[in-house]
Amino acid sequence: MSGNEAIAEGAIRAGCCFYAGYPITPQNELIGYMSVHMPENKRIFIQAESEIAAINMVFGASAAGSRAMTSSSSPGISLKQEGISYIAGAQLPAVIVNIMRAGPGLGNIWPAQSDYFQATRGGGNGEYRCIVLAPSSVQESFDMMFSAFNLADKYRNPVIVLGDGMLGQMMEPVWLPVAGCRLPVAVKKPWALTGCKEREQNIVKSFYMHEGDLEKFNLLLQKKYAQIMDSEQRYEEIDTKDAKIILVAYGSMARIAKSAVKSLRAKGIKTGLIRPITLWPFPVKAFQQANRQTGEQANYLSIEMSYGQMVEDVRLAVCGKARVEFLGRSGGGVPTEEEIIKKVNSIK
Amino acid sequence: MPKVTIDREKCKGCLLCVGVCPKKLISRDKSLNSKGHNPVKFQDKGECIGCALCAIICPDCCIEVYK
Amino acid sequence: MDKIYAHPKSLRNIQTHYCPGCGHGIAHRIIAEIVDELGIRERVIAVAPVGCAVIAYDYWDFDCSEAAHGRALAVATAIKRVRPENIVFTYQGDGDLAAIGTNETIHAANRGENLTVVFINNAVYGMTGGQMAPTTLLNQKTATTVKGREAGIHGYPLKISEMLALLPGVKYIERVSLHSPQEIIKTKKAIKQAFSNQIEGIGFSLVEVLSPCPTYWGMQPKEALDWIKEVMVKKFPLGRIK
Repeated sequence: MSGNEAIAEGAIRAGCCFYAGYPITPQNELIGYMSVHMPENKRIFIQAESEIAAINMVFGASAAGSRAMTSSSSPGISLKQEGISYIAGAQLPAVIVNIMRAGPGLGNIWPAQSDYFQATRGGGNGEYRCIVLAPSSVQESFDMMFSAFNLADKYRNPVIVLGDGMLGQMMEPVWLPVAGCRLPVAVKKPWALTGCKEREQNIVKSFYMHEGDLEKFNLLLQKKYAQIMDSEQRYEEIDTKDAKIILVAYGSMARIAKSAVKSLRAKGIKTGLIRPITLWPFPVKAFQQANRQTGEQANYLSIEMSYGQMVEDVRLAVCGKARVEFLGRSGGGVPTEEEIIKKVNSIK
Repeated sequence: MPKVTIDREKCKGCLLCVGVCPKKLISRDKSLNSKGHNPVKFQDKGECIGCALCAIICPDCCIEVYK
Repeated sequence: MDKIYAHPKSLRNIQTHYCPGCGHGIAHRIIAEIVDELGIRERVIAVAPVGCAVIAYDYWDFDCSEAAHGRALAVATAIKRVRPENIVFTYQGDGDLAAIGTNETIHAANRGENLTVVFINNAVYGMTGGQMAPTTLLNQKTATTVKGREAGIHGYPLKISEMLALLPGVKYIERVSLHSPQEIIKTKKAIKQAFSNQIEGIGFSLVEVLSPCPTYWGMQPKEALDWIKEVMVKKFPLGRIK
């Protein structure tokens, strides 16, 4: 199946009970799959009038206690930012899938990773964070939906699954564990709006008018974010132990970087790869570990389908202790294996 | 006899009830409440008919009516 | 002696933040009375707007959600779909429902969502300081139309209820007013109908309530009621629209 379909099927099996979306290329297979399989499983599917309406429907569904998600691609995700900010502010769990295309503006429908800043820095108004997961294969896209919903519920926080057009369109075989496991997952949500029967009124809101209240609430959010940064960093490491140059790449870019590592190793160049799986929290721990294992300082090369966004997090992670280089293309251009090898050779 | 009670602390003195009372039994109180509004007061002359128009138009829900 | 007009249970007994003579207080109370009378306090879920009534949930004593400006009907759509057994209503001002939220309004109505909408039309943006609303009358002075609204520059007052009535998904629309006790009684009847429609599964029901904003109309509370009666209802005629 395609990456888009795997995400949709993964969501359904992870207990997603509510989906609202709006068509946009290159994620249309996702909304298409949901339109068929959500009703088939007695879940709610709504084709909304806009991305804005879709994310606000997710707000409502989540407020009512449902596992809810939406999906879109870059320009549509921009439209959703208001709603994501409200979801973060109201501490609602929600999953938002962004199958990135190139920008700015309408850009084009080719794959890109240029929404990294938007995803990892908040994206809407106010200070908040979304947990950002970046799958690199169709199988991982499927598997990751379970983590996405679980993390959203665990932290009552929006989770973004950040893919790109290449991953969304790519067809790969997928192992679907526990076939037929499409039951909604029961998670206790005492804060949800269900009608105030035998309890006090529940209010879902992000509005704190009285002096000091918002600051108090924001500190609570910051505490939650610190906990997430501490416990939820995820990454994959390949051949970092003795590497002199460690490539850093995520999503479909990491696939190309992986084959570059293989080719470079075959030529005797000690290269490794760190593939961040969580982009926020950024897997800072991976960089600390890599340093320890090499004994000597490895240099890093951040490779992105953008003009240098994740590289800033790499620099923050190594904290000036190593050289950090960058290779990137965007607007539909994807760094090739040859370009990566050439760049690595120029560094060593 | 019917009568009305007014929560003078909640009253903001908009005087809408004054205008609708058919017996003119409600008037502005010269003394301020703790919020700085001149609330209204009910003068029970035994003429109240319990029509509740005052309570119906009150935007601050500070009037209750007894019959 | 019996209490014949009592404070509704679903309304907290606290002072609101509204200006003296503001119609929101009346509308809040009417809704609380209806919720009590229909016995639905434990089933009702309100969606509050952005605007003066943003903290309506501090006054109503039942489950409430906020919604971003204009998005109440998207939020309400989802709540009702997830919990069809609950009674879901939105409470929205003219800026919220008929300007920034026009898209959400039209499409929720067109989908025929089984929702109740209380639409407060006071022809002005109250919370932000009295700017022009989509429903501001021609020649009406506001903070952003200091010489009065001019059709050639600002467009015409938007009669969104009449527009919505064209949609097959819409089952009930009535325009009512708060300018006198008699009209308030009619308002309550209409809103109660809109709630009953939802309970019976009839479908999208909206009540447009002409409501005074003495502060930003620059009038005394009594004058504001008279202005609705003499000026506003001529442009926004009362009665059943659908």
